[in-house]
Amino acid sequence: MAERFEHLRAALGQVQGYIYPNEIELHWGLLVVLYPYITGLVAGAFILASLAKVFRVQEVVPTYRLALLTALSFLLVAPLPLLAHLGRPERSFEIFLTPHFKSAMAMFGFVYAWYLMLVLLLEIWFEYRADLVRWSQKERGLRRIVHWVLSLGSRSLAPEAIAFDKKAVYAITLVGIPSAFLLHGYVGFIFGSVKANPWWSSVLMPIVFLFSAIVSGIAMVLLLYYLTTLLRRRELDMKCLDKLASFLLYALIVDLSLETLDFIHRLYESEESIKILATLIFSKLFMSLTIVQILIGTIAPLLLLAGARFSSLPPELKRVAYFIAALLVQVGIFSTRWNVVIGGQLFSKSLRGLTAYKLELGGIEGLFTALALLVLPFVILFVLLKILPPWPEARADAEIGPPAPATTTSVGPGHETAKDATVV
Amino acid sequence: MPEDTTRREMLGRFAQFPCAAMLLACCGPLASIAGATERKYNAKDHYYGMGIQVDRCIGCGRCVEACKAENGVPRQPFYFRTWIERYQIRAGGEVTVDSPEGGINSFPATEEDKDVLRSFFVPKLCNHCDNPPCVQVCPVGATFKSQDGVVLVDKDYCIGCRYCIQACPYGARYLDPRTATADKCTFCYHRITKGLLPACVEACPTGARVFGELKTLASPLRRMMRMSKLTVLKPSLNTEPKVFYSDLDGEVR
Amino acid sequence: MRLGVLGLVGIAAMLYARHRFVPATFGETGHYRAAAVDAVASGKIQYAGAAVCAECHDDVAGKKAASYHRTLSCEICHGAAARHAEDPEAQKPVVPRERGAACLYCHEYLPSRPTGFPQIIERLHNPVKPCIGCHDPHDPKPSQVPESCSACHAQIYRTKAVSPHANLSCETCHAVDPRHRQEPRAFLPKKPTDREFCGRCHSKEAPGDREIPRIDLTTHGGRYLCWQCHYPHFPES
Repeated sequence: MAERFEHLRAALGQVQGYIYPNEIELHWGLLVVLYPYITGLVAGAFILASLAKVFRVQEVVPTYRLALLTALSFLLVAPLPLLAHLGRPERSFEIFLTPHFKSAMAMFGFVYAWYLMLVLLLEIWFEYRADLVRWSQKERGLRRIVHWVLSLGSRSLAPEAIAFDKKAVYAITLVGIPSAFLLHGYVGFIFGSVKANPWWSSVLMPIVFLFSAIVSGIAMVLLLYYLTTLLRRRELDMKCLDKLASFLLYALIVDLSLETLDFIHRLYESEESIKILATLIFSKLFMSLTIVQILIGTIAPLLLLAGARFSSLPPELKRVAYFIAALLVQVGIFSTRWNVVIGGQLFSKSLRGLTAYKLELGGIEGLFTALALLVLPFVILFVLLKILPPWPEARADAEIGPPAPATTTSVGPGHETAKDATVV
Repeated sequence: MPEDTTRREMLGRFAQFPCAAMLLACCGPLASIAGATERKYNAKDHYYGMGIQVDRCIGCGRCVEACKAENGVPRQPFYFRTWIERYQIRAGGEVTVDSPEGGINSFPATEEDKDVLRSFFVPKLCNHCDNPPCVQVCPVGATFKSQDGVVLVDKDYCIGCRYCIQACPYGARYLDPRTATADKCTFCYHRITKGLLPACVEACPTGARVFGELKTLASPLRRMMRMSKLTVLKPSLNTEPKVFYSDLDGEVR
Repeated sequence: MRLGVLGLVGIAAMLYARHRFVPATFGETGHYRAAAVDAVASGKIQYAGAAVCAECHDDVAGKKAASYHRTLSCEICHGAAARHAEDPEAQKPVVPRERGAACLYCHEYLPSRPTGFPQIIERLHNPVKPCIGCHDPHDPKPSQVPESCSACHAQIYRTKAVSPHANLSCETCHAVDPRHRQEPRAFLPKKPTDREFCGRCHSKEAPGDREIPRIDLTTHGGRYLCWQCHYPHFPES
C-alpha cells in the first residue's frame, strides 16, 4: 500500500489547475482499456462471420470459421481484465446473483453468458458438427476422444441433419448479429450514460464503440487469415483479401465520420466543458489522440486501403498494404479505447484541472499483465486451430459431405477477370 | 436539547452540596446512555439533509479533521469524505481554486492580491442526492439510499468495480485502500441514528454546517431553508442533492 | 436434443445458485442487503459531543457558554473524547498548550476568511509566547481591547493600507460606538449615507490637498451613490 501512496503522491505533483481531492486516484486504468478492445474484436469478428452466412458475401467465406474461432478465443479472455481490475474479484459472482438492472454494468453477466453460450458456442457446434462426427470416426487416440466429446455423441451424417445444421447456423447468426451489437454496445453505454463525465456522456458513444469494434474485428481476421495462410504455406485468396479490405475501408470511413461528427458537434454546441476538454486534447491527449488515433490509426490505413484496393498494383504489393493497414488499425482502435477510458479521467469534474496517469510496468494493473492478457487469446486460438481446424484442407479430407468452397488461386498480376470487376 | 439544559441547571443548584454534586455528576453520563437506548430508531420517521452557509465558513478545516477521526478515514491526502475548497476570484474573471490536503490543516497564507475581488471557502461533501447517479450504476446493489434518505455503501457486498466513483459528479467517493471497496460520507449514520450530530457539524466553530430533518417542523435546517436563498451543486444534472448551500457563488462547481 | 438437456441443466443450476447464495436480508427494503444499514449504524463513536462534556465539566462549560467560544465544541481542541466520557481514567484528552497547537487553524490571518472574524498574523503577534499565556481558551477575550480595527477586519485594513485612502483612519467614514470592540454585533458601526459625505473631500469646492481627485458633485455619476461604483477601501485612481 505504501507503494500506491508513493504513486499518488507523485501524481499530486503533476496536477495542473484544480481537481477534487478524491480524483487524484485514477480508477479505470489499462485493464479497463483492454476490456472494450477485446470485446470489440469479438463483436467485429462475429460481424464479419455474419457477412458470410447471412449476407452471403461469398468472397469472405474462407474466413468464416477462422472468424468464429477468433471471436471465441477473445471472448474467453474478455472477462479476465475485468476480474483482475475488481477491488474484490472473489465477490464477482454477485453480478449474477443480484444484478441491479438499472446499471448498464449489471448487463455484463447476461449479455456475456448469452453471447458465449447461445450464440458463439452453439454456432460453432452446429458449424463443426458434421466434421466432428467424421473426425471422431476416422481418427485415433486423443484427437478422437476430444472430437467425440465435442460432438456430444452426435452420430448422424444424414442429409436432413446436415440441412438442419445449416439452418441452425443461419438462424443463430441472425440472432447473433444484434447480440454482438449488444455485447459491445452495452460497453459503450456504460461510458455514454455517465452524465457526470462530459467526455464520456454522449448519445453517439455506443455507436462509435460498435463501429470501432467492427473495424478492429475485420482487421484482426484479415491479419490472422494472412498469417495463418502463409504459415501453412498455402496460397492467399486474393478475392477474399480484397473483399475484407473493402469492408474494412467502408467501416473505417463510417467510423471516422462518426468521430468527426462528435467532434464538430462538441465544438458547435460549445458547452461549459469545452475549455477543459480543449486543453485536454491539446496537451495530455495530443500524442495519443491526434497523432496515434487519428493520423496513424485512421487516416493512414484509410489512405493505404483505398489506394491499394482501387489501384492496379500487383496483388503481392496490395496484400502487404492491406496487412500494414490492418496493423495500423489495431494500434488506432487500441488508442481509441485508451483515449476514451483514460482521457475521461485525466480532467477534473470541477472542469478546472488536469491530472496524470502513470502506467506501471509490473503489478496487476501493469503493462506486463496487459501484454499477457493480449497474448493469451492467440495462445487459445492456436489450441482451437489445432482442435477445430477451419482450413478447407481439413474438411477436404472428408469422404462424404458438401464440397468445401473452392480456394481460388490468385490470378496473375494486372489480370482482371470479369468476376473481379463486379466485386467491389 | 431541553433535557440537558435542565440537568445543567440542576447541577448548578446542587453545586453547594459536594456529595450531591458528585453523585449527580456520576449519574449524568449514565443517564444519557440510558436515554439513548430508550427509543428504538425507526428509519421511516426521519429524512435527513444538510445546509451549508458559505459566508460563515472560515476555512479552519476542523470538520475535515473531525470526519477523519470519527470515521477512521485513511489519513493520506487522497481519501476524503469531506473537504474545503478555497476560491479566489480575480478582476479579469480568472478563478483560482485550491484545497491543500483537503483543507485539513487549514490553508497556507497567500500574499495580499489587489486583483482578488472575492475570496471564500466552500465545504464539500457527499450530497446524499435524492436521485443518486451512484446508486443507479452500482451493478450489484452494494450502494443504496436508505429509508431515511442517507446514501450508504455496503462494504461487505461491494465488488470494487468503481463505477459509482466514476458516476458521482461531485467527486465525493473514493476507494478505501484497506478494503478495496467504495467509501464516502455517511452523514455519520452511526451518530445520527443515536440522536447525535455528524462529526463535521459538531466540529464547525461558526455554525456554517447545519444538519437536520427535511420533513419535521422545527429544525435548524428548516430554519435555514426558510431564511436563505438556497442553491445546490450542478442542478442541471438533476441529481436532486440534499445538501443545500446558501450564499454560494456562481463560480463554484 | 442433447443441447436442450444441457440447457435445462444450466438453468436449473442457476436457479439453485440464486436461491442458495443470495444474502438473507437482500431485497427487504430495496435492492440491497437490509443488514448493511445496521452494519453502518453500529460504527464506533469517537466524538462524544459538547453536551456530554458539560455533564461533568460544567464549570468550564458554563464559562465557555457565555464567551466568544460558545459555538466551539470542546473536542475540537481536546480531541475525540467519547472513550473518556465512558471511562474518564481510561483516556485523557489532549490539552493543546503550545503556540499553534490548536488556535492558529482558525485565527491565523487568511484574507479569504469572512470579515469580522478575529485574526492575527502569527509571526508578528507576540512571537514565541503561547496563545494561552494571554488568552483564556474558555473565555477568550483579547488581553487588551484591540486598538486597531485590523484585529478583526485585517483584510480590509491591509487592502486599504496600500490604497489612496491609506492615511484615512476607519473612523473617518465609519462612526464607531466604542462598545463595538467588545460586543461587535450589538453595536454595529455606521456607514455614510449620501454623496455629500464623500464630497467633503472630493467635490470641486472642498478644502484640502490639491492631490485629492475632484469631481463635480452635481453631475458626476448621475443618481448613484459613490460607493455603488467606487470601492472605498481601495478606490481606483
